[in-house]
Amino acid sequence: MTSLVWVIPLLPLAAFVAVTFWGERLPGRGAYVSIAGIVLAGAAGLVVLADVIGGARADVTYTWLTLGTRPLVVGFVVDPLSAVMLAMVGVVASLITIYSVGYMAGDPRYPRFFAYLSLFQFSMLFLVLADNLLFIYAGWELVGLCSYLLIGFWFERPAASRAALKAFVVTRVGDFSMMIGILLLFLHTGSLRFDEIFRALGAGTFGGPTLTLAALLVFGGAVGKSAQVPLHVWLPDAMEGPTPVSALIHAATMVAAGVYLVARAYPLFFLTPGHQALTIVAYVGGITALAGATMGLVENDIKRVLAYSTMSQLGYMFLGLGTLGYTAGMFHLLTHAVFKALLFLAAGSIIHAVGTNDMKRMGGLTRALPVTFWTFLIGTLALTAIPPFAGFFSKDAILVAAYLHDKTLWGLGLAGAFLTSLYMGRLCWFTFAGTYRGGDPEAAHGAPHESPRVMTVPLIILAALAVVLGWVGADVFGNPFARFISFPELTAAPGTLGLVGASLAAAVLGWAAAGALYPWRLVSPAALRQGLPWLYTLLVRKYYVDVVYDWVFVRGGAVIVWIADAFDRYAIDGLVNLLGWLARQVGFGVRVLQTGREETYLLLAALGALVIVVVRLVW
Amino acid sequence: MVGEALAFYLLAAITLASGIVVVTSPNLVHSAVALVPALLGVTGLYILLNAEFLAGVQVLIYAGGITVLILFVIMLTEGATGLRVPQRNEQGPIGAAVAGAAAAVLIAVATRTPWAHGAGVLPSYTPGAIGESFLGPNLLLFEGTSVVLLVTLVGAILIARKED
Amino acid sequence: MITLTHYLVLSALLFGLGLYAVLTRRNSVAMLMGIELMLNAANINLVAFNKYAAPGAMQGQIFALIVITIAACEAAVGLALILAAYRRFETTYVDELDTMKG
Repeated sequence: MTSLVWVIPLLPLAAFVAVTFWGERLPGRGAYVSIAGIVLAGAAGLVVLADVIGGARADVTYTWLTLGTRPLVVGFVVDPLSAVMLAMVGVVASLITIYSVGYMAGDPRYPRFFAYLSLFQFSMLFLVLADNLLFIYAGWELVGLCSYLLIGFWFERPAASRAALKAFVVTRVGDFSMMIGILLLFLHTGSLRFDEIFRALGAGTFGGPTLTLAALLVFGGAVGKSAQVPLHVWLPDAMEGPTPVSALIHAATMVAAGVYLVARAYPLFFLTPGHQALTIVAYVGGITALAGATMGLVENDIKRVLAYSTMSQLGYMFLGLGTLGYTAGMFHLLTHAVFKALLFLAAGSIIHAVGTNDMKRMGGLTRALPVTFWTFLIGTLALTAIPPFAGFFSKDAILVAAYLHDKTLWGLGLAGAFLTSLYMGRLCWFTFAGTYRGGDPEAAHGAPHESPRVMTVPLIILAALAVVLGWVGADVFGNPFARFISFPELTAAPGTLGLVGASLAAAVLGWAAAGALYPWRLVSPAALRQGLPWLYTLLVRKYYVDVVYDWVFVRGGAVIVWIADAFDRYAIDGLVNLLGWLARQVGFGVRVLQTGREETYLLLAALGALVIVVVRLVW
Repeated sequence: MVGEALAFYLLAAITLASGIVVVTSPNLVHSAVALVPALLGVTGLYILLNAEFLAGVQVLIYAGGITVLILFVIMLTEGATGLRVPQRNEQGPIGAAVAGAAAAVLIAVATRTPWAHGAGVLPSYTPGAIGESFLGPNLLLFEGTSVVLLVTLVGAILIARKED
Repeated sequence: MITLTHYLVLSALLFGLGLYAVLTRRNSVAMLMGIELMLNAANINLVAFNKYAAPGAMQGQIFALIVITIAACEAAVGLALILAAYRRFETTYVDELDTMKG
């Protein structure tokens, strides 16, 4: 099975081709074919995972072409890391695709949506199985393309088109950095394959500051793709896309690709002098974890709160990886995929019912949407790291690693945990508690009601996973996950009771704060806003990052464009027009020779004769 | 010698003055009539140059035939009636410049070249010499010219004939 | 004393006058008169050269004689053409004969 692993990405690719060309006429207008593609891939992924747990490994290679004397060998690798990703992507994507049948029902471009989903699934599976940087970069770009297509799926809305473009351009910046990094690695190691690069690193032929540079450049790609500061600005806007897209791409899989990349290329970072690169990764992650949480606190759009939450949680994953918590970071990636997808899908169910994203217009939905409510609650508890749900074990592991490495980072993580509970509590309060504030009845076609089973069943499955998945990484059960996925030189440190207690306390305090602000009204949010207006403005304006980018890059770019345009129009076109003008003028001059008027001809004859005579005399 | 010089300058003045009238007069009939003294001036110059036969021919053909012909045509066409019509076209200044330049070049060449003085002397009775020449060395020329005259005769009649 | 140069200058001036008439006059008959002046200027040249530079033969005068003859032919044909054109276009003014003007 493992040597045939390359077939797995081809299944959704085949679905993509089929739905693109024959979508309307296929069963379920293309949806069932797409589902079949990813479910088969997911099932195969689980089989591969079982094999790998049993000890199977594989590296299927293929000599693509020979450049001079150097063969370009590419292939797919099957090891614990890729097997876990394969299974996770397969399962989560399957559930989301099934969910989309309900969510996208009635959309005029229904088949196209499933085609795009299948293309994305192919790209993501291709990316996680890659054993060389070339394939990873290819997959990277493909998922970026799919993200663009899917964010801008409802392209008649100008906000959606702009968001798609913003996502693409911002991640492009990261991709460019990554490309330079890849080239640097190739230059110094002569290969793009991970195993050969790692061998070169181990042999000591490549190291020092250059290695740090290459590692950080590659990390740049992850910063873009995983929406870390400073390339985070595209993720909130990407919520313009349909909610299944937000769940699949911008919560569970594509944004996790950055974390996967760092994990896959870990020796690159680990072997830099003094783990410099890892420190940078950790700090970027930590800052993002805190910044994302603060910005999510003041949003009223339910999806945007979840987007900032995703950004923040991805920051935690990098924080984990960067503080030598290799296992912790990957574990959090896995659990986060499950509960964030759950939260987004449940949010989609809510949006479907009330017709709006605005939390201020929701409320009182516990009775109207029971399944959605309970699954959402489970997801929230998982996210805010309340035991025994999944997030507790993974986030805790990260905080332990952080504490042992750098207390400052631990502090950042703890503050973020507090805020996570706070903003999620706020979100739950506005969305579910109190009385219904009307929503948007027109867009919702009637009063809020529970979603169809095709949407609620995936929610239930994900909720179940959110409950139990954490236990594979729990020290209580011997932490089988750590034995499965770990980095050779590191051992996952078990958490002490004190540390565990601290993180739990932070989370619970956050919930308490939410309670104080909203249901129990001990402190009024309005008073906070008025008491610290500058803080509020700073948060609402997202630390003015978007403003700065707009002025420097967008308007600055516009100036350059204006200069180029002026040059093109006046200098280059001017030159061409000059030639035309010149031709015309010469024409006017030459036209004199053929006026059709006799007196002109006589004059020219006399003049010509005169000139000949004079020239003959003078020369 | 003084007489020759006097005669030359007088004849030159007549010729040039009439020529100016020919080329500038707004009245076409005045132009045509002024052609006569111009051509007669040239006749005088021929006599000064010992070309008596030529002078006679000039009077007969040129001053006589051609000017009359021109006057006929002026009368037959509108030329005599267009007294108030401008006679100069828009090329006036350029034309004057070119003509002036042509004259200047010719004068420059004429005055700067040391002309060789030929040996020999003109025969005193030129008609005889010309006649002998025509029936002798230049017979072909003579006959050819008569053919041209014949053709011209026929051609002019054909062209000017009324179409009906 | 009168030398060849005097005659040459005179004929040059006469030629210039004739050329001016050809180039600037609107009436075709007037242009023809200019042509006659130019031909006469050429004749003066020929005869003068005959007397001063090559008196041994009569070539110059004979040449001038032929020129007069041909000038007469040319005047005849030219005037016939002007007449024909006048009948066709009702004008003798050269700038009004512009059917070939592009």
